[in-house]
Parts: sequence; structure tokens; C-alpha cells
Amino acid sequence: MATELRDESRMIASIVAGDAQLFHELIRPYERRVYAMALSFLHNEADAEDAAQEAFLKAFRNLASFRSEAKFGTWLTSIALNEARSRIRRRDAIRMESLDEPQEDGEQASPALLRDWKEIPSEALERKEVRLMLQKAIIALPLIYREVFRLRDIEQLSVHEAAQALGITISSVKVRLHRARMMLQKKLAPQLKEVAPKRRRWAW
Amino acid sequence: MVIACKHVWAHISDYLDQTLPPDVLEQVQKHLEHCEICSAILDSTRNILILTADERVFELPLGFSERLHARLEEEIKGLAP
Repeated sequence: MATELRDESRMIASIVAGDAQLFHELIRPYERRVYAMALSFLHNEADAEDAAQEAFLKAFRNLASFRSEAKFGTWLTSIALNEARSRIRRRDAIRMESLDEPQEDGEQASPALLRDWKEIPSEALERKEVRLMLQKAIIALPLIYREVFRLRDIEQLSVHEAAQALGITISSVKVRLHRARMMLQKKLAPQLKEVAPKRRRWAW
Repeated sequence: MVIACKHVWAHISDYLDQTLPPDVLEQVQKHLEHCEICSAILDSTRNILILTADERVFELPLGFSERLHARLEEEIKGLAP
């Protein structure tokens, strides 16, 4: 990974010391990650873009408080997460999304039972309908599952890092992640099966 | 020990993360060998994780980067003496 080869600690030290222009360079590898994070919480592109910009500005303003024990990417992710969360709270103050959230200790999540599942190649993502299908399914997850799924399976944070970022226990991360994955499987597996290549139909 | 499908489902996430204790892992693997439903569930879950992690799913809007850096530039200039 290109981000591993860059000396981010050194870049950050230079920025804090006054070379502010270097911040443009520092954040380039993280633009998509921060935007995607915001979008999976905020449901629309304009809000997500605004939240992402705000997260980058906050990171810039607070860069001096960044401690190099953490990875810059993880620190930035938690700023983006907080920004998205606080916007949801503001926006959903009336809608009360939290009331719809199921309890973790409820019944077991059951998967979609498919006998003839075929692997969906990632080329399928060239199709907009498939990308939208995946986006929608993630966005439709209740917030507590969406956050964990986003951090673990998309941002690839460790269980420990995700627990830290969310302020929950490691075992809650595991339980919520399992449920999130099962919910996505249940919803997406039947839909994706429909978009699987059906080449055999015209195999002349 | 033979375990039921339902128990296998409860372990799918840990199975994918390779965090199952060895004895449970063995039970799950044995079950998967002859249960095509559970194998399909496992495959579909794994595949969904691969697809959702693909960066193409959440594409940046056109001009996102330009607008972001322009806004940062204003902030940086604003800080300059």
C-alpha cells in the first residue's frame, strides 16, 4: 500500500511546524474512505460530501493534537465517524431512529437459504444497479450494526480499533458485526443471485 | 459431535475472521463438508463481504476532490499570517 510507504508522522510534523500545504498531500489517499464513511451514514451525496469536507477541516485544525501512537488513517476515520454521527443525531432528532433499532440480545439472525449460490464476480460492480444494491443494503442496516460493519469490513479496522472508535466492548463489536453480516447476507444473497451471469442461456 | 445448521450459522462470522477455537472450527468444518446449504450461506456471506469492501461501491462524486481541496486551501490561507 502506498500509504504504508509514506512517512505520515514526518508529514504531520512538517504541517504542524508550518508547512500547511502538505496537508493536501497527506489526505489524498483517504478522500474516498472518509466520503464513503459519511455516505453510508447520511444517505445522500450532498450531505456526505459536506460532512467529509468538515471532517477533513477538523482534522487539519486539530492536527497538533494527533498522537502518533495511532495511525493517521484511524484517527481520521474516527473524526469522520463522529462528524457523521453528530449530523445524524441533529437530523434524526425528530425521526428518532434509535427507537427502530433492534436489541442485540434478540433472537438469532437467520440467513437466506440458497442451495445453488454462485459466486458473483467483482466485475458485477461495473454495473451501477449492482453498486446501488450494495449501497442501499448497507445504508438500510440499523445504525449500531452499520457503524460496526463500516469500520470492520469496509475500513478494515481491527476488532480492538473498532471497539475503541465506537466506545463499545470487543464482544459487542463481534456480536454486532455478526448480525450485520447476516442481515446483509439475508438481504443481498437472493438479490445478487439474480444478477449472476447467466451465460448458459445463450451458450451456442 | 454433530452440530445443527443453526449452530453453524452462529459461527459464520468468527469462521470468516478465523477466530474460532480449534474444537469448534473442526465441528464447523465437518458440518460444511456435507451441508450444501450452510456451504452456500458461507460462500454468499464471504462474497458479499468482498463486494461491499470494493471501493467502487461508494464512488466519489464528480469534482469531489477539487471542491475539497479548494475548501482546504481557503482554510490554510485563512491561517496564514
